[in-house]
Amino acid sequence: MTTTSAKDTALTAAALALGDDALVLSHRLGEWAGHAPVLEEEVALANIALDLLGQARVLLSMAGDEDELAFLREERAFRNLQLVEQPNGDFAHTIARQLFFSAHQYLLYGELASGDGPFAPLAGKAVKETAYHRDHAEQWTLRLGDGTDESHTRMQRAVDALWRYTGEMFQPVEGVDVDWTGLETAWLEWTGEVLRRATLTVPEGPRTGAWAAGAGRQGLHTEPFGRMLAEMQHLHRSHPGATW
Amino acid sequence: MTHTDWPLWEVFVRSRRGLSHTHAGSLHAPDAELALRNARDLYTRRGEGVSIWVVPSAAVTASSPDEKDPFFDPSADKPYRHPTFYEIPEGVQHL
Amino acid sequence: MATAAARDTAGGRAFDARADADDTAGHERVFDAAVAADERIEPRDWMPDAYRATLVRQIAQHAHSEIIGMQPEANWITRAPSLRRKAILMAKVQDEAGHGLYLYSAAETLGTSREELLDKLHSGRQKYSSIFNYPTLTWADVGAIGWLVDGAAITNQVPLCRCSYGPYARAMVRICKEESFHQRQGYELLLALSKGTPEQHAMAQDAVDRWWWPSLMMFGPPDDESQHSAQSMAWKIKRHSNDELRQRFVDICVPQAESLGLTLPDPDLKWNEERGHHDFGPIDWAEFWDVLKGNGPCNEQRLTRRRRAHEEGAWVREAAAAHAAKHMNGETGATRA
Repeated sequence: MTTTSAKDTALTAAALALGDDALVLSHRLGEWAGHAPVLEEEVALANIALDLLGQARVLLSMAGDEDELAFLREERAFRNLQLVEQPNGDFAHTIARQLFFSAHQYLLYGELASGDGPFAPLAGKAVKETAYHRDHAEQWTLRLGDGTDESHTRMQRAVDALWRYTGEMFQPVEGVDVDWTGLETAWLEWTGEVLRRATLTVPEGPRTGAWAAGAGRQGLHTEPFGRMLAEMQHLHRSHPGATW
Repeated sequence: MTHTDWPLWEVFVRSRRGLSHTHAGSLHAPDAELALRNARDLYTRRGEGVSIWVVPSAAVTASSPDEKDPFFDPSADKPYRHPTFYEIPEGVQHL
Repeated sequence: MATAAARDTAGGRAFDARADADDTAGHERVFDAAVAADERIEPRDWMPDAYRATLVRQIAQHAHSEIIGMQPEANWITRAPSLRRKAILMAKVQDEAGHGLYLYSAAETLGTSREELLDKLHSGRQKYSSIFNYPTLTWADVGAIGWLVDGAAITNQVPLCRCSYGPYARAMVRICKEESFHQRQGYELLLALSKGTPEQHAMAQDAVDRWWWPSLMMFGPPDDESQHSAQSMAWKIKRHSNDELRQRFVDICVPQAESLGLTLPDPDLKWNEERGHHDFGPIDWAEFWDVLKGNGPCNEQRLTRRRRAHEEGAWVREAAAAHAAKHMNGETGATRA
């Protein structure tokens, strides 16, 4: 391949952005293994993690070699949203992160699936998985928000803490041809409705602006992400050229 | 902690269309909606099902093994309920 | 697996309590005859108290082993060296949670709640398999666990699919079916390492060296020292003796190790033509008992982590229970379809 058209470059960049989202969130969910609040939830969280990892592998493979991309890029080369790299925190933080992300992914993949672009085949499969992730997060948001005083406090805190990372989800990604403004409107509406049903307050904090909105798509990440990558990449990098 | 024990649910899975639901196992869940979702994650993660029922275990009324004889033995001596009970002349078809 | 019917024993309709002394002898005859005829005992059948207690102890220990057993492998999920391996490992650790669940359900048919069993695990009153008190030090340990530890577990478990207690046997059928990939992935992982770079090969050999003997201990003490064996065999809870299963496992592993290009760390290991089995060296039972007593490298760590997960999850379980209580008659729609 001697010539790379602008279109190919855009496709690669888009595959990286969406693939990194799935890869990083899958990794974070994988950290729950053995720590979940109840056994049934171990199984549920692992299912979501595995779906996301499956999506990541397809997407990264569209951009190159999945393992080279996952294990050999530096932090600044990752294109994932800052939202997905946020540490698990307590179960409420994990659920809030999932609620925000899955609602976004569901809308995004829904639109991609109905088009005829290069992501349509993946999106068609992923949108079903994502519908389930979103539902799982919604169910738990309702229970934690409208459960005990403690769970309500924790859930509100999580929603507030992660709200600032949600604006970034609607920054247009080159090579992903969707109506970003429409997505954001639909997202705000759906998320707001879930939060209200869960007796939670929709935060008023900023969702736009350089840092408040996050800049993961530009390769600027938050501090915990570097440590996450160090752990994830260490073994692979320790044996250059090895096969596993 | 026992006051927060989640109740037990029985899970029935239809493995494919055209078959009835069969008992797959049980699990704990705080309510029916989560029970259904937990059942999906636990009992159909290898493509084992197309439909799920969940039923609170406490809602199941079961026959007692102590009543086994009066319950089930009387049905054993009524062979006339089975087609093999009847003698049909050779050659008669579609019966 | 668990028939719902069992549960109302716990719910107060303790039918077996009705059995007075006269009945007991009769019940016992029916029970013995059923076991002798290879019929399954089902939850609401009369059963001797000791049979029930033995089953609860064994099934609980088995369930605990599944969930504690998640830890040594989960230790490597975040460091898996390829995305393919990562997916496999996550799916495997997830299965272990699922298997724990199936087994707790089987135990619940005997009238003991999961909460009660977890409490016994957390307070150290019930055990889990000692093998999980060994640390996973390198990536190759994930392979060694799959090949050897799961291999030993499968050797133990396959006969349990015919165990006399119905719910346990049914749980084991499901578990064995699901676990068939666990051992293979471990073997494949080790093979890749063994054929890889010299460093990878050494990593694989080191892991096998460390896991071989503990795996042999998984079959339990020698038959003549095994506390519960004879009675369990008579009840058909157990189908083969510890030593029999251990021998079967050794015989299976020797050619597998050769194909892997790895050696088993036992200078006495050799084929005995006369017996038609491999002879193997003495097992360090002092180590076994020591680890069992709590002095293994990870006993404290495993239990502490398990307790912490349970304690940290309490508010979540409480919240869901509180939500359910508030919305008792609301929501949820789908009728049967």
